[in-house]
Amino acid sequence: MAAAAFYDLDGTLCRTNLVHAFAYNARNQQGVVRSISRTLSTVLSIPAFVAADFFDRRLFNDIFFRRYKGESEDRLRYLAEELFDKVIKPSIFPGAYQLIEKSRQLGLRQVLVTGAIDFTAIPLVRHLGIDDMVTNHLEFVDGKATGRLLPPVMAAATKASWMRIYAEKEGLNLSECYSYSDSMSDLPMLSVVGHPTAVNPDFRLKNTALQHDWPILDLR
Amino acid sequence: MSKRESKALRGPVPRHKEGDEVVYIDNDSAPRLIFSGEDILCEDLPVGTRVVYGKPPIEGLNNPGAAIRYALNHPLDADPLYAQLAPGMRVTIAIDDISLPLPPMRTPDIRQTVIEILLEMLDANGVDDIHLVIANSLHRRMTDGEMKRMVGKKIFDAFHPDRYYNHDAEDPDGIVHLGKTAKGETVNINRRAVESDLTIYVNINLVPMDGGHKSVAVGLCDYESVRVHHDPDTIAACDSYMDPPRSEMNTKIERQGAIVDQHMKVFHIETALNNRMFGSATDFLGRNEDEFSEFDRMKYEAMRFGLSKLPTAAKRKIFQNIPAEYELIACYAGKTEPVHQRILAKLNDQYMVSLKGQSDIVIFPIPYVSPYNINSILNPILVQVMGMGYFHNFYRGKPVLRKGGAVILCHPCHDEFDHKFHPSYIEFFNRLLPETRDARKLQHKYEEEFARNPSYIEMYRRGNAYHGAHPFFMWYWGENGRNHIGKVIVAGAKNAHVPARMGWDRAESLTEAISTARSFVGPSASITLMKWPPILMADVE
Repeated sequence: MAAAAFYDLDGTLCRTNLVHAFAYNARNQQGVVRSISRTLSTVLSIPAFVAADFFDRRLFNDIFFRRYKGESEDRLRYLAEELFDKVIKPSIFPGAYQLIEKSRQLGLRQVLVTGAIDFTAIPLVRHLGIDDMVTNHLEFVDGKATGRLLPPVMAAATKASWMRIYAEKEGLNLSECYSYSDSMSDLPMLSVVGHPTAVNPDFRLKNTALQHDWPILDLR
Repeated sequence: MSKRESKALRGPVPRHKEGDEVVYIDNDSAPRLIFSGEDILCEDLPVGTRVVYGKPPIEGLNNPGAAIRYALNHPLDADPLYAQLAPGMRVTIAIDDISLPLPPMRTPDIRQTVIEILLEMLDANGVDDIHLVIANSLHRRMTDGEMKRMVGKKIFDAFHPDRYYNHDAEDPDGIVHLGKTAKGETVNINRRAVESDLTIYVNINLVPMDGGHKSVAVGLCDYESVRVHHDPDTIAACDSYMDPPRSEMNTKIERQGAIVDQHMKVFHIETALNNRMFGSATDFLGRNEDEFSEFDRMKYEAMRFGLSKLPTAAKRKIFQNIPAEYELIACYAGKTEPVHQRILAKLNDQYMVSLKGQSDIVIFPIPYVSPYNINSILNPILVQVMGMGYFHNFYRGKPVLRKGGAVILCHPCHDEFDHKFHPSYIEFFNRLLPETRDARKLQHKYEEEFARNPSYIEMYRRGNAYHGAHPFFMWYWGENGRNHIGKVIVAGAKNAHVPARMGWDRAESLTEAISTARSFVGPSASITLMKWPPILMADVE
């Protein structure tokens, strides 16, 4: 039976996170005043983002993606390629390339499972040669973001549910699949496969990985 | 009939001994000190038990530097090293990794002494394209601190990290396929070494399976090249793998070595060390307990008291910080085979102890250290490789244990693993062993999966983890032991599940273990205690 390797993105394959992507967009607003005010507002919100993420990833998503409200879809898509070249690509961990290459040699399907927005993930998926992906999608009305995410929102247990459904649909044996993440919020995603690996883990995930005897990998 | 003298008038009764290394326990023998992980047991053994000690250390060479220079200038079956050098040539110096010697020796490590002399000679001959490569094969990468300790600060600062690094068996661009032997064994070797004008191998030899063609053909190879001789069938065909002419593994490695010699110019430097594992403060641990002075007993009691107050991790740390006092007893250089033969002869002088006959029961003290857990934990798989693998195979002629006899391992068998160094061991122990202990089944069903596991590969390449396939090799290394031994009993195991998973019986104490062993092989069973450490090998008649 076929198997896959599922990767979280932010902090796992690259150093950046959702806030980096948003900050890049904020910095590149039309008009200097708007850029400065958006950037300042983003910086001031960081403690709130951190607190929300520590508490619950879904709460973080609610608060964080609200900040996209009113952004133009065209502009976000336009900036995505630039964002990848200038911010995301240089932040890909050197070990990520080797990990994906070895994994591909093993015949595993490469799948990205991330809470990032689709247009920021697409160039990276292309660059790394990843076969499939699931991301979050912003809701747009009349070409403007509403600040809400379209369901299902990829975070925590939703990632694991999606992986189960995906595996069933694609005929994958989850006990032979691999999963890679850096964050405790992805514990369900790691728990659902036969070969979980904590990558550059945070303190809580590292402790959990040690308790479960999971491999701990440093790609930095 | 003359009246028999009273015991007091007869004077000291000579102990029943066969030379200084073989002593038999009698009614008033002292208890024996036996390593059991991080503890040292003090045990009264049954009367008649044969206790085998290592030979006293051969005196080290007064001037190791002179001996090394002499070897380089008077090599065997090769031109002197200086005559092989030319300005501008590319040279790789490959070095044995931290698995040798055991435990690590006091500084300067003998490798540092050899490399300092080599670098001096290379510099004098205009050679400046030099790389130092640690021949760690599928072992873990050495840490920066360990690398610095091995060659000294000066060399480390001059070469690390660009020109002093660990071999990477999983680097697709760093391995070259040299060909296959007539029997189809793959030979893939480190690219830098292959593409060098000259590869100089700096070896340390402790036991006969070290050195020779194993140095380059195994130390600098990849998984595909190792798996051809690290497999259950090869190990089962070894009698023993410490006796090169009767080792199937050695035969295969020599075939690979011949391919290496066809493609590479190798100048081999082998060193032999004596067995002075303990310094003056602890040298009583390697001596006959009947000959202890009062001071030795006091030192032991103080050590026992101190160890009893400490947790296992602290005891381990203390032992790991005591370097061995090894000294150089021989150095030869030149062509691989003749160099290795000379070193083997010297090793036999130091380590081989003659024994008359096999035993029904053999006691193996398992200390805190093995080649695979320097600065780490001796996990259950490594306890297995020490008992069934190394210690069982430390013989020439016949095993110390008769076929079907009982082995007693002295070790606490903690269910404890090092996540950084031995991640694949954890999965092997918890996922595979509950399913099967059959080495061939493990090999066919799971070895490839572990070897190709991307996480384990990256942990080997970027971290300090042993290769994913390494726990399999360790399990296979016990194969000829498992085929020979009738029963394994662990004396002093702190839990029931580790011995059960390994397929061993458990006993609270050594006395209970001996009773269990006797009930298996018979009440009049002969018993031998192999008093490791220090290392000794048995030449069994």
